Amino acid sequence: MSLTNISVDKKPEGTIFSPELAARFDKLVTLYPMKRSALIPMLLYAQDEIGYLSDAAIAEIAHRLQLTVLDVRNVLSYYSMLRTRPAGKFNVQVCTNISCMLRGGQELFEHCERQLGIGHKQTTPDGVFSLEEVECIGACSWAPAVQVNYDFHDNLTPETLDAILAEYRSKASQ
Amino acid sequence: MADVTLTVDGKRITAPAGTLLIEACRKAGIEIPAFCYYPGLSLQAACRMCLVRIEKMPKLQTACTTPVAEGMIVATETDEIKQARKSMLELVLANHPLDCPVCDAGGECELQDMTFKYGAGGSKFIDIKNHRDEQQWSPVVFFDRPRCILCYRCVRVCNEGMDVAALGIQQRNASSVIAPNDKTELDCEQCGMCIDICPVGALTSDTYRYKTRPWEMTHIGTICTHCGDGCKTTLGLRRSEDGMQIVRGDNRDKSGLNGDFLCVKGRYAFDFSDSPERLTLPLVRQEDGHFETVSWDVAIKAVARGFREIRDTRGGSSIGVIGSTRITNEENYLLQKFARGTLGTGHIDHHRTTDYVSFIRALGGQKGRFASISDTASAPAVLLIGNDPTEQHPLLAWNLRTNVRQNRTRLYIVNHREIKLTRQAKAFVQIGSDSYAAFASFLSGGDSTAFGESATSLRDALRQEPNLVVIFGSELRGADVETLVKFGLSLPDTKFACLGDYVNSRGAADMGLYPDLLPGYVPVAASGAMQTEYGERFPAQPGMDLASMFEAAGRGQIAGMYIVGDDPVERLGIAPETLRDTFVVVQDMFLTGTAKLADVVLPTASLYEKSGTVTNTYGDLQGVKKAADRAGVRTDLELIVRIADAMGHDVRKLVPFGKGVRADMGQSRGAQSGEADRHAIWLAAHNLEPKLSPFDPNALLDEIQRVVAGYDFDRIDLLAGSSPQVQPASAELVQIAPPSSRPDSIQPSGDTLFTSGTLGHYSEKLNEVQAFQEKKALVAAD
Amino acid sequence: MPTLVSHPEEVKIVSSRFGQGAAEIDRYIELGGYQAVRQAMEQGPEWIIAQMKASNLRGRGGAGFPTGMKWSFVPKQSEKPKYVLVNGDESEPGTCKDHLIFLHDPHSVIEGTIIAGLAIGAKMGFIYLRGEYRYLLTIMEKAIADAYAKGFLGKGIFGSNFDFEVVSQTGAGAYEVGEESALMESLEGKRGIPRIKPPFPAVVGLYGGPTVINNAETIATVPHIFRMGAEAYAKVGSERNGGTRLFCVSGHAERNGVYELPMGYNLKKLIYEVAGGIRGGRQLKAVVPGGSSTPVLLASEIDIGLDFDQVGQAGSMLGSGGVVVLDETVCMVEFALRTIKFYQHESCGWCIPCREGTDWLKKTLTRFHAGAGEARDIDNIRYLAENMLGRTFCPLGDAAAMPTIAFVKKFRQEFEDHLDGRPCPYAKKPANELVGV
Ligand SMILES: Cc1cc2nc3c(=O)[nH]c(=O)nc-3n(C[C@H](O)[C@H](O)[C@H](O)COP(=O)(O)O)c2cc1C
Ligand code: SF4
Ligand code: SF4
Ligand code: SF4
Ligand code: SF4
Ligand code: FES
Ligand code: FES
Repeated sequence: MSLTNISVDKKPEGTIFSPELAARFDKLVTLYPMKRSALIPMLLYAQDEIGYLSDAAIAEIAHRLQLTVLDVRNVLSYYSMLRTRPAGKFNVQVCTNISCMLRGGQELFEHCERQLGIGHKQTTPDGVFSLEEVECIGACSWAPAVQVNYDFHDNLTPETLDAILAEYRSKASQ
Repeated sequence: MADVTLTVDGKRITAPAGTLLIEACRKAGIEIPAFCYYPGLSLQAACRMCLVRIEKMPKLQTACTTPVAEGMIVATETDEIKQARKSMLELVLANHPLDCPVCDAGGECELQDMTFKYGAGGSKFIDIKNHRDEQQWSPVVFFDRPRCILCYRCVRVCNEGMDVAALGIQQRNASSVIAPNDKTELDCEQCGMCIDICPVGALTSDTYRYKTRPWEMTHIGTICTHCGDGCKTTLGLRRSEDGMQIVRGDNRDKSGLNGDFLCVKGRYAFDFSDSPERLTLPLVRQEDGHFETVSWDVAIKAVARGFREIRDTRGGSSIGVIGSTRITNEENYLLQKFARGTLGTGHIDHHRTTDYVSFIRALGGQKGRFASISDTASAPAVLLIGNDPTEQHPLLAWNLRTNVRQNRTRLYIVNHREIKLTRQAKAFVQIGSDSYAAFASFLSGGDSTAFGESATSLRDALRQEPNLVVIFGSELRGADVETLVKFGLSLPDTKFACLGDYVNSRGAADMGLYPDLLPGYVPVAASGAMQTEYGERFPAQPGMDLASMFEAAGRGQIAGMYIVGDDPVERLGIAPETLRDTFVVVQDMFLTGTAKLADVVLPTASLYEKSGTVTNTYGDLQGVKKAADRAGVRTDLELIVRIADAMGHDVRKLVPFGKGVRADMGQSRGAQSGEADRHAIWLAAHNLEPKLSPFDPNALLDEIQRVVAGYDFDRIDLLAGSSPQVQPASAELVQIAPPSSRPDSIQPSGDTLFTSGTLGHYSEKLNEVQAFQEKKALVAAD
Repeated sequence: MPTLVSHPEEVKIVSSRFGQGAAEIDRYIELGGYQAVRQAMEQGPEWIIAQMKASNLRGRGGAGFPTGMKWSFVPKQSEKPKYVLVNGDESEPGTCKDHLIFLHDPHSVIEGTIIAGLAIGAKMGFIYLRGEYRYLLTIMEKAIADAYAKGFLGKGIFGSNFDFEVVSQTGAGAYEVGEESALMESLEGKRGIPRIKPPFPAVVGLYGGPTVINNAETIATVPHIFRMGAEAYAKVGSERNGGTRLFCVSGHAERNGVYELPMGYNLKKLIYEVAGGIRGGRQLKAVVPGGSSTPVLLASEIDIGLDFDQVGQAGSMLGSGGVVVLDETVCMVEFALRTIKFYQHESCGWCIPCREGTDWLKKTLTRFHAGAGEARDIDNIRYLAENMLGRTFCPLGDAAAMPTIAFVKKFRQEFEDHLDGRPCPYAKKPANELVGV
């Protein structure tokens, strides 16, 4: 047995991504002076499509960028928006950092816990919502602010948030 | 670079410009504490232990990243700095388990030492520490996260030193954690470098964990037995029921020619010496064919009787002798002397793993042409033809990687496979596995275009290299070696290394374990001086090589065989009937395939249980020291002497020992007196005392130094623990005949990183690692 | 959509196109856009840098380094390509100004990037937005595509023989990536661990090439400087602090929002006049003047001009322009805890003092605020923060230590009020529920 090519990293066959995303990846890697620069965008877009970064997604991205799986995991585990487990269809991210805290962000988070029946980084049994207490999201002057997936909602009260959640819930059932 | 002068703690010191402050201070005897800094690895500035005050800088600066500058004024031990270090330690300890009493690193932990020094023991921290369970990552590597201080040494040594990159850093903030590459396991070279370099007890090895404490061990530095590179390994020993048991191998003091390095075998595969399969009692085959354990006395008498009878009835030339690539120079020297002088046979050989003979012959006596192992770490350019050092010469691979990384050495590789080292290569030319010979002639100017453009530009590049080191494997043999060497010699100041396997292949060759060559590669035909040394039985004709001996045995022409530390039966697949009519004596640690066919089996000590010298494949001679002890076994040296003695041979003729040798022998020995005189005179001239015991390997080393060409190094070097280089090619040796042996006489071991010839079978740890990695390879393949 | 505010005291330069539809390229051009870059192209690098120096523009990312000087550090000759890097990672709590720039005026960032490229001889620029700003990336990417379509980016921009490429992307959730060298690591597809300095980015930056890195607001300001003239721009601000900046008022002010005011504008006036005072007519307790990492100012300390030098003299920092207003109902221990919790979460974990220090501070403050504090904890908190200060690998450690020291120093009494099992005097609910904030 030869050891010189340690091979934890299997070469994936084909792609697990949609043709559109695969094409986007092909383009992304050409934009930068160094292929590897595309890593973080690729991880984000893969997560957007699959819902999380599965082993297969990680393996394919590693392969596309000629990195080891370990290397990709080292990077992805650093960033708080990337996850290796599925989340709900709508990830409700409530900011409780200082500006929001001063405007009721903490209370808003607790309100969500009650309304959704889940805690930090948990997902509702129907898979519709996940809840997350997050750090400042750059909407401090319009606090308290919440991000659902990538959409901002600001100047919230428990009541306006309820209405927003209801809207998402109905979107989920469409 | 020009020197700069700076002031550190009021002391003026000078250092070459560009030197890191921490190194300049260390050289001047000012120790600056450091966790993350490690010489030769990339800089981190992470632990903040090395903070110093540099005048005109607003903040404390890290000495590990600051280059010295002219006129710099530095303070390293002020109250401010002590406080900074103390608080840094307090912070590390805030999440550290403080289980020192049971931690493997206890007693040799850098964190423990520093905590003591800076008085950071009393904890301000009453909050709960972050806990995670210990994990086993491989048969040899364990990880205990809470003990880890995140100095990243392990990650760097694996990335930069090993080029394996099996360790990563995951998560961030206080959740940051060192992680292995295969989910919760390590798919890697299992070298244990990461464990060795860990300043605390976060990475530990299975062989040592919880077995003992550092201060309960004795430490003996000796040489690894597993490959031809000859790493120094410091064995940690503990008393056991039947002797001294090895519980750890490492190289903490970095004093050997291997510096920091040990591979998986040097670090863990010492456990063969503890194997339950070890032979500890002599075995003699009975009439009915089964082995009976007997006393040493009975066994040795049986051997002596057998050999004497054969010699005296059928002649010495009906005995074959096979030496070992794993025993000392002294033992091999003695063995061939015993064969030639006592048994009177020229049939002597050993397991040849490469063609040293052609190499020495090609050099034609030129001095200064042997590349030592340290040359491979410093030469500005290296050509590697054949071999896969990552598997077969791990230290060489490490040196080449280090050399490329630190000195940007130009590494040129020619191989039939894309070996791992090609990642470090400036140029790589892939050739057919049967094209090495053709490539050698291509290099020497053959006009062939068969190898393509890349080969031509490689050759052009090589022609511009004034200080090339040419390293070649056993793929090149005979005349092809000469072709390659001739090419090398056409460039200025080229040095060479010929790669052979096992700890003392080169020593076995140098000591004359050849049917046609005496020690120092002196052709038997030109044996003048040696004949007088060895006495009247000395065979004037070259003998048979190893394979021929077995063939002859099968034909009934070899009636006795003395096989020391080798397993030719298994290796060559020799049929048991071949040896049916041969009296076979085997000296070994285990009941090998060969031993199973023997008439007498004498259990021997391993290399770790004896003293003497070995010569690595680069010609670096090193001392081995008796470390472990196993009740029952004897060294090969002792056994040869005892057999000779029991045969009635004058032991003093075999081993030059004893005081007053000259006076006594000069009178009573007539023709022999010259020999004794020569030895005594040589000893006196070299300021050496005669040795008192026939079992003292130094007595044989005296003789080796006196008679073996190229072994005339300064004994002081050896005593001081360095590795003098031997150059067994003196000008008189030019007429070595081309090796007459058959092409199959060279058999590379075919070892991988996780095997070690027959010996490897008896290392439980090596087998475990091998199975573990094989499983990984299978998973990866499907 | 974040609401835009307006006040007569404002001097709208960077924000002049907010709410004007300038994200559309034609509208941007109509409003005078892409003129400055043509002028810069005609005048050449030396002139650009001279103008930048004359403008007294200081970096809006937090440290306030003079931008013209930073650009002048880039070596003229370089074997490796040079780059411009726009820092839109905006993650300092209390800060949301780059958010508005990307939303309302993305072309000003592109134009500023090209000018910076011309100044240093770079052919490529990167605009890096924080991961949460995905919708802003979409706007940014459209703006870039439009600029390419018009020939303002790509080969031979504006019909000249200059080539200039711009790529934008987001991060994926990491405050530390706002630190310039960590940002470069992230852009190279790595963990956001800062680099050893020196070498500084101007010499060895992205992909090993000389790199100018500036905050998005800094870059968006650049075209305006050329539009107005450097001297005129400088004159708007105070001494050595040219122009205006965007102040993000948040917390307990009556009218929170992002206001553009001249450098040196009085903080008290900002809070009481521009932002309409404290909500519900309550008392002001304290102000965090420049994002969560800047030491808190007491209500009595806010009669100061908002520029880098004056706020510095008051013992704090102008920072990122996030003015966080705290009224009398705020528990300073809880506020300190929430601040530290952020830095603990965002510490990259590379160096001991920050990784372990923030973790320990968080644990202690959590316990302390929950009512299980001990008297010695107060000194320990300060001891620890003081021992982190100035000794960490990058300024994040300082960003955690500085406010902590200020909280303990200025509000010691409030810490002591939590001792002996007493419930938090400001608690809106029972103390035991506060555990695990
Ligand atoms: C921990 C940390 C976070 C930072 N975050 C940001 C940020 O989000 N945006 C920013 O522009 N600068 C940030 N900076 C400052 C940058 O390192 C850098 O100084 C700045 O981008 C330079 O631009 P300027 O000169 O235009 O201010 C941060 C610095 C540190 C130490
Ligand atoms: S044992 Fe060697 S190869 Fe394996 S992780 Fe440790 S350093 Fe790397
Ligand atoms: S495991 Fe050891 S060597 Fe590796 S980072 Fe932790 S303390 Fe350092
Ligand atoms: S490289 Fe060779 S000599 Fe060194 S430890 Fe490994 S097997 Fe032993
Ligand atoms: S101070 Fe140290 S641990 Fe903290 S963010 Fe900077 S480098 Fe990372
Ligand atoms: S603090 Fe909540 S958005 Fe900034
Ligand atoms: S040794 Fe200098 S920071 Fe670790």
